[in-house]
Amino acid sequence: MLKNITLGQYYPVDSVIHRLDPRVKILLTMAMIVAVFLVRSLVGYALLLAFVYLVSRLAKVPFRLIIKGIKPLRFILILTFLLNLFLSAQGNILFQWRFITITDQGLRQSIHYSLRLVFLVLGTSLMTLTTSPIQLADGMELLLSPLKVIRFPAHELAMMMSIALRFIPTLLEETDKIMKAQMARGADFESGNLLRRAKAMIPLLVPLFVSAFRRASELAMAMEARCYHGGEGRTRLRVLKLTRPDLWASLAVAGLIALIVLEGIVLPKGWLL
Amino acid sequence: MAEQASILAEHVSFTYEESETQTLKDVSLEIKPGEFVAILGHNGSGKSTLAKLLNALYLPTEGRVLVCGMDTAEDERIWDIRRRAGMIFQNPDNQLVATVVREDVAFGLENLGVPHGEMVERIDRALETVRMTAYADSAPHMLSGGQKQRVAIAGILAMAPSCILADEATAMLDPAGREEVLQTVRKLNREQGISVVWITHFMEEAAKADRVIVISDGEIALQGAPREVFKQVERMRELHLDVPHMTALAAELRKEGIPLREDLLTVEEMTEEVCALLCPSN
Repeated sequence: MLKNITLGQYYPVDSVIHRLDPRVKILLTMAMIVAVFLVRSLVGYALLLAFVYLVSRLAKVPFRLIIKGIKPLRFILILTFLLNLFLSAQGNILFQWRFITITDQGLRQSIHYSLRLVFLVLGTSLMTLTTSPIQLADGMELLLSPLKVIRFPAHELAMMMSIALRFIPTLLEETDKIMKAQMARGADFESGNLLRRAKAMIPLLVPLFVSAFRRASELAMAMEARCYHGGEGRTRLRVLKLTRPDLWASLAVAGLIALIVLEGIVLPKGWLL
Repeated sequence: MAEQASILAEHVSFTYEESETQTLKDVSLEIKPGEFVAILGHNGSGKSTLAKLLNALYLPTEGRVLVCGMDTAEDERIWDIRRRAGMIFQNPDNQLVATVVREDVAFGLENLGVPHGEMVERIDRALETVRMTAYADSAPHMLSGGQKQRVAIAGILAMAPSCILADEATAMLDPAGREEVLQTVRKLNREQGISVVWITHFMEEAAKADRVIVISDGEIALQGAPREVFKQVERMRELHLDVPHMTALAAELRKEGIPLREDLLTVEEMTEEVCALLCPSN
């Protein structure tokens, strides 16, 4: 059960989008998040949706997989929608029954907020589906490296992330082993209520933690023995290089933002929300 | 001037901070370039501590350690020292850093600031030498123990060391893995003249070394060629150490009055001796 794990939600295929520089992808995702807040009408959301669909085709990632990213958010979405709908008192009253009042502005706001949430998730899923965790760590390290001036530990964070990725399979294997060893000695991980089951995890977690600390200390020594001394003066095997597609992607996102801004200006206020 | 020693330890003592007693007491040894030295000792004898002193992971409380002429106490040369004296650890899992084999081999080179082009070249060469080229893009957790240790060796090899320190590098491996790791290191020793400090508690491995040093209670108890050391069967037993099976068998047979050589090490030698005894005409 623990053998074949995929980390995060990375969808490992080879595509133009997958090959984009992770730095570019991170920045473009941020740009898209900004764009989501610039949308003034349903036309803008339609544009965004078309864009997400297009990118998913280019990335060879099934569109429904991206849509599925919204699922864990459904309660927050419903809550956002309802709260905005009922608690907004401004605007013309559309519906009133006892203490419930729905106004046109409230309705507009709740639709906007929920759609914004949806597109925030869709935009970031596009990135996490097409960028492996290690690439993301690389991209973050390089993007954050200017902050080293104010002693922000960009390299250390990326190194931690990469070590965590390296040891997740090892620790999972170990968990499996400890679990079987404890089960062989009569431990019961499956029955009882929540509290009992949580308690049953103690004989699993304690040895796992002890071993993780031992591993960490050994690894630190092995890293030092291989001359690790922080990010200073370090070269890298994985070099990130901007290529032609990075330029096209940036232009595409810039075009999208331009269209969205244009839509806000050109369309009369209140047209289609 | 005589050839410079790969590693030279002069009157080294070491005490752990939280401990009262000395872990190592006045140890002096010299590893010559190209030499394969096995260090034996039972658990807690201080042999692992000794290894960590030899590449500046620990600093001696007294005495000094020179790696290729550089004192490990000199802070500014510490990276050069660790590059020269590469270390393989016992647990194959806990010394691989990266998620891909090739990147793990790159780790040391990245730390040393080797330019990208040269790095790729050195990685390819190191992987080829340990015969792991086919696994260059695999994840470490998919490899066997012996393969992981070979990746660790490649990681050190890429840094062009003059000495490899192996701290019980085969202790957690199955017999096949043990053999493949030992073969790899012996090949490097023979073909590239890299000196090896092989810390082990497997007597059969130590028997293949040029020289054996036995550590007991933080002191050098015995040293010499494997035959010279192992033929002192009684002394070895006193130090809570075994001798190779054939050496032990020869000692038992000698007690029974069978005139065998006392420095037998391998099955082949035993066969030869016994055959010679049975049919003296040959």
